[in-house]
Amino acid sequence: MAALNIKKGSNSHSAYNLRPNFSDVIEKHTLAVVVDNEAGVLARVIGLFSGRGYNIDSLTVAEIDHAGHRSRITICTTGTPQVIEQIKAQLGRIVPVHEVHDLTVEGPSVERELALLKVAGEGEKRVEALRLADIFRASVVDSTLKSFVFEITGTPDKIDAFADLMRPLGLVEVARTGVAALSRGA
Amino acid sequence: MVVQALKDQGVDTVFGYPGGAVLPIYDEIFLQNDIKHVLVRHEQGAVHMAEGYARSTGKPGVALVTSGPGATNAVTGLTDALMDSIPIVVLTGQVPTFMIGSDAFQEADTVGITRPCTKHNWLVKDTDALAPTLHEAFHVATSGRPGPVLIDIPKDVQFATGTYQAPVKGGTKRYQPQVKGDLDAITELVAALETAKRPVFYTGGGVINSGKAASQLLRELVDATGIPITSTLMGLGSYPASGANWLGMLGMHGLYEANLAMHGCDLLINIGARFDDRITGRLDAFSPHSKKAHIDIDPSSINKVVRVDIPIVGDVGHVLEDLLKVWKSRGRKVNREAIAKWWTQINEWKKVNCLAYTASEKTIKPQYALQRLEELTKGMDRYIATEVGQHQMWAAQYLGFEDPNRWMTSGGLGTMGYGLPASIGVQVAHPEALVINVAGEASWLMNMQEMGTAVQYRAPVKQFILNNERLGMVRQWQQLLHGERYSQSWSESLPDFVKLAEAFGCKGAKVDDPKDLDDAIMEMIKYEGPYILDVLVEKHENCFPMIPSGKAHNEMLLGDADTQGAIGAKGAVLV
Repeated sequence: MAALNIKKGSNSHSAYNLRPNFSDVIEKHTLAVVVDNEAGVLARVIGLFSGRGYNIDSLTVAEIDHAGHRSRITICTTGTPQVIEQIKAQLGRIVPVHEVHDLTVEGPSVERELALLKVAGEGEKRVEALRLADIFRASVVDSTLKSFVFEITGTPDKIDAFADLMRPLGLVEVARTGVAALSRGA
Repeated sequence: MVVQALKDQGVDTVFGYPGGAVLPIYDEIFLQNDIKHVLVRHEQGAVHMAEGYARSTGKPGVALVTSGPGATNAVTGLTDALMDSIPIVVLTGQVPTFMIGSDAFQEADTVGITRPCTKHNWLVKDTDALAPTLHEAFHVATSGRPGPVLIDIPKDVQFATGTYQAPVKGGTKRYQPQVKGDLDAITELVAALETAKRPVFYTGGGVINSGKAASQLLRELVDATGIPITSTLMGLGSYPASGANWLGMLGMHGLYEANLAMHGCDLLINIGARFDDRITGRLDAFSPHSKKAHIDIDPSSINKVVRVDIPIVGDVGHVLEDLLKVWKSRGRKVNREAIAKWWTQINEWKKVNCLAYTASEKTIKPQYALQRLEELTKGMDRYIATEVGQHQMWAAQYLGFEDPNRWMTSGGLGTMGYGLPASIGVQVAHPEALVINVAGEASWLMNMQEMGTAVQYRAPVKQFILNNERLGMVRQWQQLLHGERYSQSWSESLPDFVKLAEAFGCKGAKVDDPKDLDDAIMEMIKYEGPYILDVLVEKHENCFPMIPSGKAHNEMLLGDADTQGAIGAKGAVLV
C-alpha cells in the first residue's frame, strides 16, 4: 500500500468547500424570470433559493400579460460566478418558468425601484427634508403639519442615499418595492 | 376520468392504498378490468414499487394514495425518485376544494409538502382541467431528465363530471427540453477522443434512463474505440460486466482500477452521470490531469460541482448517435498505441485484485454469499433490487449486470427499506422473471410489511438477507471514524425470519454454514412463491475498497490493515 502514499491523519481539506477551478469573487446579478402566472409558482422560485442556499437581495413579482397568464419575477442575487450559473440553470428547470435572463451580463439594462419614505419633523429639519427631496426629484404624496411622505424612484443606490440623508431629519418608515429591470435597446 | 386518462397513457398497473379522499377513484377502479391495482401495506411501499416498476420497464410507474397521511407517507419515495431521476406519477386525494385550508380531517398541504421533492406538482381545482393535467404530468415525468410528479385531486373534483380530453401527441408546449446535443461540442469531443492517450468513459444512470438504444450505442462506441469504461452505481448494466473494456464500478466503494483510471486519465468522458460526491471524493484532487467532457440532459448538472471543458446538453441516446456518426465520418481514429499502453497500466492495477477478501470455512462471508448468488443465478432472466448499506455495495461489486434495467437500488437518497417494495414492483412488471432483493436485515425490516403484498399477489420475490445483526455500514464508520464506539448500531432484538416468513404465509430458511449455502440458494430460486433466505454472515466484515470522505481516488483503503488513522478530523464531519 506504500505505493498509494496515504498520508496518515491527513485532513487538509473538506470536500464540501473545494472549488479549485472556480472564482470565489462574489458578484451581484439581476435576473428577470418570466413565468406562468399560476398558483405556487412564486413558492417554487423562492423554495429553490432557500432550499439550495442561494441569496435573495430583492424580489419583485407582478403579472405582465393578463391574456397570456405571464408574470415577471425580478430577482437581485449575489454569489460566485459558478453559483449564479447554477441559479440560472436551476430556475430554467422549473416547469412553469419560460425565460431566464441575466440582465447583468446580457448587455446594458435599466433598473428602477420605487420607495415611499415618511419623514416627521418641524422647523428647520422639515424645510431641509423638502429641499433635499427636490434635489433627488422625490415628490410629496402626503403631507401633514408634522410629516411628509415622499415618493422616490431610482436605482437602489439612489434610494439608499436619499434614505441616509433623511435619517437625521426624522425618517420614521420606509416601504420599498424592490427592483424592476429591463434590458436597454430594442 | 382519472382512470380513462391512465388508460390512455398506457398504464397497466397502479400501486396504491385507499382512503376517504380517493374513494371515487377507487370506485372507478372497481368498475373496470384494464388497470391492475396492487394493494400495498404502506404508502411508502407503493411509491417504491412504482419506482421498481419504472426502473425495470422504462415506463412511468403510478401510485395512488389518499390525502393527509397517505400523501406524507409518499414523501420518502418521491424524494428517492427525484434523486435518482425515476419517472413516476403519484396521484393523491385531497379534501374537497371548499374545505381546503380549514384543517379538515386528513388534510395536508400536499403540493406544499411535495414541492421540493417532485419535478413538478399540481393541485387540480377544476374538473375540466383534470385530464389535460394528468397528460401533462406523464409528459413532464418522462421527458427531459425524468423524475417524480404528483397530482393532488380534491374529492369534489373526483365526483364532478367534466369534459374529457384525450392526450395530445408531443406533450405540452411549455415543457420541451433539448434532446439533441450541439454538433460543434460533439465534434470537439470527437477530436479530443481521437488523440487522447489515457481516455476513460464514466457513465451513469442517464444512459439507462435514455432507453435501451442508448446502452446499445454506448456498447458500440466503447467496443469500437477500445476505451476503458467505468460506471456509477446507477449506471450498472448499461455496459455489460462481461465486456472487454469494463473496469467495474467507481467511487467510494468502487474498484481500485476504476478509481485509479479516473485519477490518471487525460480525457474523462462523463455520459449521463452527475459528479456525485460518492464518486468524486475530494474535489480538488479529482481526476487532476484530465480534460473533461460531460453529456447530460439537465443543464444544471453541468459545472455544478466539477468544471468541465466540453459540456454537451442533450439526451444520451441522441448525443451518442451523433457522436458515433461524426467519429466514423472522420475515419474512426483513436490513438491505439497509447491506449494499449494505458491498458497495460490498468491491467497492472487489476492485479491488485481489490475485491479479494479473507475466506472462511466457518462463517459465511457476505462477499462469498454474493459470489455464490452470482455464480448460481447468472444467465437467468434475473432482476436485482437492494436495500441500502454494506450489502448494497457488495452486491454492486460482486454481481455482474449484462443489461440495463436489471438493477434497482436507491442511489442518491440512500433509502433503507427501498428494496423489498421495489422488488415487488419489478416482479409485478415481470411475472416470470427471477427477482432477488439483496438486503441487510436492518433495511429489510423498515418496510417488511410489504411481504403481505408479495404474498397476496403471489409475487415470488426472493429476499436474500445478509444478516450480520448490525447496521453494517454505520458500524464500519464507527470503527473507522468514531474510535470503535458502536453507538446504537447493534440490533439487539431481531425477529426469527423463518417464522416471520411463515407468519406472512410464505417460505423462509436460515443458513449459517458456508457448506450449505449453495443448496439454500438453489432452494430459494426453485421455490414457487415469495421466499426469505436469512443468511447469517460474518458480523464484523468491512466493505472495501473504500475512499474515506475527504480523500482522493488514489487514496483508497483496500483492507482493514490500511484503516488506522486514515480519516482525519475534517474528513469525519463529511458524510
